[in-house]
Amino acid sequence: MSALGNIIKKEMKELLTPATILPIVFVAIIFGSMGNVIGGLEEESQEVPVIGFIDVDNSNLSSIVTSILNDYADVVFNSSNINDKQEGLETIEREDGAVLFIIPQNFTVNIRNETPSEIEIYWIMKGAGITDAISSGAVEQLIYTINTNISRELIQENATVNATLALNPTVRNETTYFKGKEMPGLSPGAIVGMLSSQSMLIPIVMMMIIIMAGNMVISSMALEKENKTLETLLTLPVKRTSIVTGKIVASAIIGLLLSIIYMIGMSYYFQGFGMSGEANLADYGLVLTSQDLVLIGISLFITLIAALSLCMLLGTFAKNYKSAQTLTVPISMLAMVPMFITMFVDFDTLPLALKTLLFAIPFSHPMMAPRALLFNDYLLVIGGIIYVAIFAIVTISIVVWVFKTDRLLTGSIKKKRNNNLKGKLFSMRRFR
Amino acid sequence: MAAVEVKNLVKHYGSIEAVKGVSFTIDKGEIFGLIGPNGAGKTTVLRIIATLLQITSGAAKILDYDVEKQPNEIRRFISYLPEDAGAYKTLTGKAYLQFIANFFDVKKTQEMVQKGIEIADLDERINDKVDTYSKGMKRRLLVGRTLMTNPKLAILDEPTSGLDVVNAQEVRRIIKNTAKQGAAVLLSSHNMLEVEYLCDRISLIAEGKIVEEGKPDALMKKYDANNIEEVFTKVVQ
Repeated sequence: MSALGNIIKKEMKELLTPATILPIVFVAIIFGSMGNVIGGLEEESQEVPVIGFIDVDNSNLSSIVTSILNDYADVVFNSSNINDKQEGLETIEREDGAVLFIIPQNFTVNIRNETPSEIEIYWIMKGAGITDAISSGAVEQLIYTINTNISRELIQENATVNATLALNPTVRNETTYFKGKEMPGLSPGAIVGMLSSQSMLIPIVMMMIIIMAGNMVISSMALEKENKTLETLLTLPVKRTSIVTGKIVASAIIGLLLSIIYMIGMSYYFQGFGMSGEANLADYGLVLTSQDLVLIGISLFITLIAALSLCMLLGTFAKNYKSAQTLTVPISMLAMVPMFITMFVDFDTLPLALKTLLFAIPFSHPMMAPRALLFNDYLLVIGGIIYVAIFAIVTISIVVWVFKTDRLLTGSIKKKRNNNLKGKLFSMRRFR
Repeated sequence: MAAVEVKNLVKHYGSIEAVKGVSFTIDKGEIFGLIGPNGAGKTTVLRIIATLLQITSGAAKILDYDVEKQPNEIRRFISYLPEDAGAYKTLTGKAYLQFIANFFDVKKTQEMVQKGIEIADLDERINDKVDTYSKGMKRRLLVGRTLMTNPKLAILDEPTSGLDVVNAQEVRRIIKNTAKQGAAVLLSSHNMLEVEYLCDRISLIAEGKIVEEGKPDALMKKYDANNIEEVFTKVVQ
C-alpha cells in the first residue's frame, strides 16, 4: 500500500466510529420525519374543508355563496334559521370542521344597493401552531372564490356596476373560538401571529440554553478525564452526590444567566419584526399573570436541571473533550425536536403518539408552558413540572450510582483487555 | 492494628481477572513498595485502596475501616497520587492547593496550603496558572497536594515520575519524613533504585498475583542479587 493510501486508511478508521456515524443517522432521521410532517401539512391544506352554513337570506346572491360552498367544501351543517347557530357550531366541532358561514338577511339587497354585504365567519380553531393557520388556507380559498363569483354575477348583470363593489362585494365579520375563548374580530391567522412571540421565543431560548449548558457539563466531565483530575477528585472527602450536584448546579446557574441575556436579545429581535403583539393579546384576556411567570420559571429551572443531569450521564461516557462534542449531539436533537414541534403545531392538535413523545421529552415542557398558561391549561404545566422533576431525580440518582461504580475510570472492558495484553507482551520482552 | 490490611483481593474487569487474590499488610510509619511489570495489577490494587474501584472479592481495610463499606470515612485520611495525575489548568498552583484543602478540616486549611506550597517549592510560580507549568513543576505541585493533608495513608503511584534527579531526591526525602511522622506509605514505582532507597518492605506482583514479598535487603540476599532490579528480573523470569 502507498504511503498516501496508508494514511487515508488510518484516518478513515479513526474518523469512522459509531460516535461519528450515529449522530448523523439521528439527524437524518429527524429531518426525514420533519419532511414527512411538512408534506402531510401541505396535503392537509389542500384537502376539502369541512364546513357548515346558515343562509338566512336565501336569495339570488346568497345562493351563489351556498352553491360554491356545496361544490368545494364538505358541508356537514346546512340551515336557513339563524337560531340554529349554536347547533351548527357544535356540529362542526364534532365533525372536526373548520368554519361556520352565516349569510345574514339582506345579503343580496345590500349588494344591489352598492353596499358590500357582510358574511359572518365563525372559526373553530383547534391549535395555535403556525401549521394550524396554514390549514385554514383552504377556507380562505373558498372565500376568494365566493367573491370572484359574486363579482362576475354583478358585472354580467350590469357592466357599469360600481368597480369598488365589484372588486369587494362582501366583507368578513370573523369570530374565532379557541380553547373555550370567543375572540371576536380575529381570524386563526391573526391569533397565531399574535401568539408567535410566545411560540418562538421560549423554545429557541430553551434550546440554546440546553445546548450550551449541556455542552458545559459534558465538557466538564470530559476535561476532568482528559486532564486527569477526576481520580484525585474522587478520592477526596466529598460525597459523590455533592460532586454531581455541584457540577449540575454551577452549569444551571450559568445556563440561567445565559438564558436571561438571550431572552433580552431575542425579545428585542422579535419586537423589531413587529411579532410581539402582547398588547393585542391582552385585549382578549390572554396575559400571563405573575403566578404564570413563576410557573414558567420553575418549569425552566427544573428542565435545565433535568437536561444537565442527562448531560452529566452522557458525560460519564466521554473519554476526552473531542468525544464530549459528539455526545452533545443527541442532547441538541432532543432539544430541537420539541422546539420545532411546539413552534409549528399545537400540543392539543397532535396525534396521541406524538403527544406522548412530546410529553416524554423533558425539554418540551417549558416550551409549551407559556401558550398553555395563556389558555389556563394548568394541568399540562403542573403535570409537566412534576414529570420533569421526577425525571431529574431519577437521572441524578443514576449519575450518582455511576459515580459510585468503576464505570467512570475503567471505561470499556475491551480497552482494558488490550492494555493488559500489551503489558504482558512488554513484560515478557523486558524480562526475558 | 495495621494501617492497611488486604486479604485475598480479587478484581475482575468483565471477563479479565486483573488481580488474583492479593494479600499484604502495611504498618503505620512503614513505606511499602508494590512493584511489577506493566499490566501486573499494581495500579488496580492502588485504586481499590484509594476507594476508586469496587472489589470483586476479598477485603481491604485501612485503619480498620472497610474500603467497600466505609469509603467516605477512609477518604478523610488517605491521599492518592495517581501516576498521570493532573491539576485544574485554569487555577493557579496556590488556588489549586486551596481548592483541595477546602475539603478537609476548615481550621487547618491555611496550614495545609502553606505545607503544600513548601513541598511544591515553586517559589513565585505558585501564583501562576497550572497551565503554564512544566511537567516537573506540575508533579511537584501534585506531590505537595498529596502530602499537605497529613494523610495517615499516602498512596503514591510513581511519585517522582517526570522529575529531574535533584527534585526526585527532594521528593524522596519528603516521603521518608512523612513516614517518620507516622503515616503509612503505599508506593508503586518502576524505578528500582527509588524502591530500594525508600521502601521498608516490598511486594513483587506479576499477572495479578504477589510472587514475592520481603525487606529489600532480605530479598537481595535470598536471590543473590546486587540490587532490587536483579531480584525483580529473577523473580519475574
